[in-house]
Amino acid sequence: MSDAVVIEDLHKSFGPLEVLTGIDLTVTSGEVVCVIGPSGSGKSTLLRCVNLLESPTRGRIHTLGVEITDPDCELDALRRRIGMVFQQFNLFGHLTVLDNLTIAQRRVLRRTRAEAERIARENLDRVGLGDKAGAYPAHLSGGQQQRVAIARSLSMGPELMLFDEPTSALDPELVGDVLTVMRDLATEGMTMLVVTHEMAFARDVADRVVFMDGGVIVEQGAPAAVLGDPTEERTRTFLRRVLDPTHLSDAELD
Amino acid sequence: MTTVDDAAAGPKRRLTRRQRTRIIRLVQYAVFVAVLAVVAFTADWHTVQQGFFRPDVARSMFPGVLVPALLNTLAFTLGAFVFGLVLGTVLALMRLSEVRAYRWVATGYIELFRGLPVLVVLFLVGYGIPNAFPDREIPGGVYGQMALGLGMTAAAYMAETIRAGILAVPKGQLEAARTLGMPYGRAMVSIVIPQAFRIVIPPMTNQIITLTKDTSLAYVLGVTAANVEITKFSSDVLNARVNATPLIVAALVYLVITLPLSQVVRRMELRAARAR
Ligand SMILES: Nc1ncnc2c1ncn2[C@@H]1O[C@H](COP(=O)(O)OP(=O)(O)OP(=O)(O)O)[C@@H](O)[C@H]1O
Ligand SMILES: [Mg+2]
Repeated sequence: MSDAVVIEDLHKSFGPLEVLTGIDLTVTSGEVVCVIGPSGSGKSTLLRCVNLLESPTRGRIHTLGVEITDPDCELDALRRRIGMVFQQFNLFGHLTVLDNLTIAQRRVLRRTRAEAERIARENLDRVGLGDKAGAYPAHLSGGQQQRVAIARSLSMGPELMLFDEPTSALDPELVGDVLTVMRDLATEGMTMLVVTHEMAFARDVADRVVFMDGGVIVEQGAPAAVLGDPTEERTRTFLRRVLDPTHLSDAELD
Repeated sequence: MTTVDDAAAGPKRRLTRRQRTRIIRLVQYAVFVAVLAVVAFTADWHTVQQGFFRPDVARSMFPGVLVPALLNTLAFTLGAFVFGLVLGTVLALMRLSEVRAYRWVATGYIELFRGLPVLVVLFLVGYGIPNAFPDREIPGGVYGQMALGLGMTAAAYMAETIRAGILAVPKGQLEAARTLGMPYGRAMVSIVIPQAFRIVIPPMTNQIITLTKDTSLAYVLGVTAANVEITKFSSDVLNARVNATPLIVAALVYLVITLPLSQVVRRMELRAARAR
C-alpha cells in the first residue's frame, strides 16, 4: 500500500462533547501534511487517533496498511513503526539522553545494548546533540529536549512521524533548530503528519496543508493555495488572525 | 508616595529591617537559654543519673544489644519493608486497574489493614495461620512471620502512597512510552513506576522508621535468644537490673538506625532533584 494513513468518516466524542465530526483524510507515503486550525478544533485529537492514543467513536483508520481501529490488530507492533513527538517533549526524566533513546530499542525491539547505543548516537548526531548523550533531560533547553525527543522516535526506525505542535512550548529563538531537524527529515523522504502553528514551515515544507475547524476539515490543498489564496471564509479569518494578530480588530470590522 | 517617605525618614526614627531581625533573634536565644537553665537547676540530677544513666548497666548490655539485637531489628525491618513494598506496589496497580474486581479487592484490603492494629495482625500471623494450615509453615521462622505481619500492614499504607506517586507522574510519560511500542506493563515498570518511586521517597522513609519501631512487637511471636530485637533485649535487662538505663541505650541504638537513614534519603532526594 502506498498510503501511509487512510482515515474514513472519523468521529470522536469526549462524553457529550463532539470533537471530530466526520474526518476523511489520506496521507500517501513520503508526503508531508501540515494540519492547521484554531485552538480546540480537534487537531491533536485527530493526530492521536492515528496511533490510537485516543480511540475513535466511529470510523476506520488504516495506518501503515494495518487497520488500527480493528480491536484485534497488533497495536504495540504497529506503534513501533509510528513515531510521535509531543508539544511537551515527554522525555523520560529519570533517564539520561542516551537511555531515553535506547530503552525502547532494547526492551521492545530487543536490540543489544551495543547496537542500540550505536543507533542512538547516530540519531543524536543527526539532530546535532551528539555531545549530550550523558545529560539528563532537565539540564537541556526546551529546543534540545525536543530534538532529543525526535531522535528518540527516529531510533525506532519509524515509517511515519506524527508531530503535535512540536515548537509551541519553545522560546522563539529555539524554534528554528527544531524546525531545521524536521525540514531535514522531510527532505530525506519521511512521511510526516504535522500539527503546527508555524505557517512558514507549512508553506515551505508541506506537500499539502489541511485546515480544520470545529471538528471537520474545512479546506485542504497545496500550501500556496490554502495559505495564499484560501477559498473558504473560515480559513481566511483564521489566517488573518495568525499572520497579523495585531490587526485583528481591523480585520473583524471589514 | 507619602508612605514611602514616611518609611525612609519619618519623624520617629524606626528600626531598620536588619536591626529588627537581629533583636528578634536575640530574644529567641534568650528564651532558649532560660528554658535550659530552669531545667538544669530544678531537676534532681543525682536521682536521674542513678535511674537512667548507670554506666555499669549500660556496659553490661554490650555486645548483646548490637549482636544479635540490632541486627535482628534490621532484619525484621528490611523483611517487612521489602514485602510491604512489593505487595503495596501490586495493590497500588490494582487500585489503578481498569478491572473493577481488582479495584474492589485492593480497596477492601487497604481499608481492612489500615484499621487493624499491628499487634492483632502479628497474632493472626503467629497463631491464626499455623492453625489454619497446620502442615504448612511460613518460611524463615520468626523472620518470615515478622516480614509478613508487619509487611501486610505496611503494604496498605504504602499502596496509597505509591498510588499517589504514580498519579503524580505526568500522563505524557506513559503516552510517550506507549507510542514507542511498549506494552502497558513494560511502560509502567520501565518508565512510570521508577519515577513514581522517586516522588514517594520521603513518605517511604517515614514508613521505614515506623516499621523499625514496630519490630518491637516481635515478642508476641515468642522470640528466642537468637532472634531477640532491641526492645525485648533491653526490657529483659531492665527487669533483671531494676534500672531504666537500658531504655536510654535502646533509644540510642534506634537512633543509630534512623539517623543515617535520613541522611541516605536526603542524598537520594538531592540526586533525584538534579535529575529532574
Ligand atoms: N481527554 C479529553 N477529555 C475531554 N475533552 C477533551 C479531551 N481531549 C481534548 N478534549 C477537548 O476536545 C477539543 C479539541 O481538543 P484538541 O486538543 O484536539 O484541540 P486542538 O485543535 O489540538 O487545540 P490546540 O491548538 O489548543 O492544541 C477541546 O475542546 C478539548 O477541550
Ligand atoms: Mg492540540
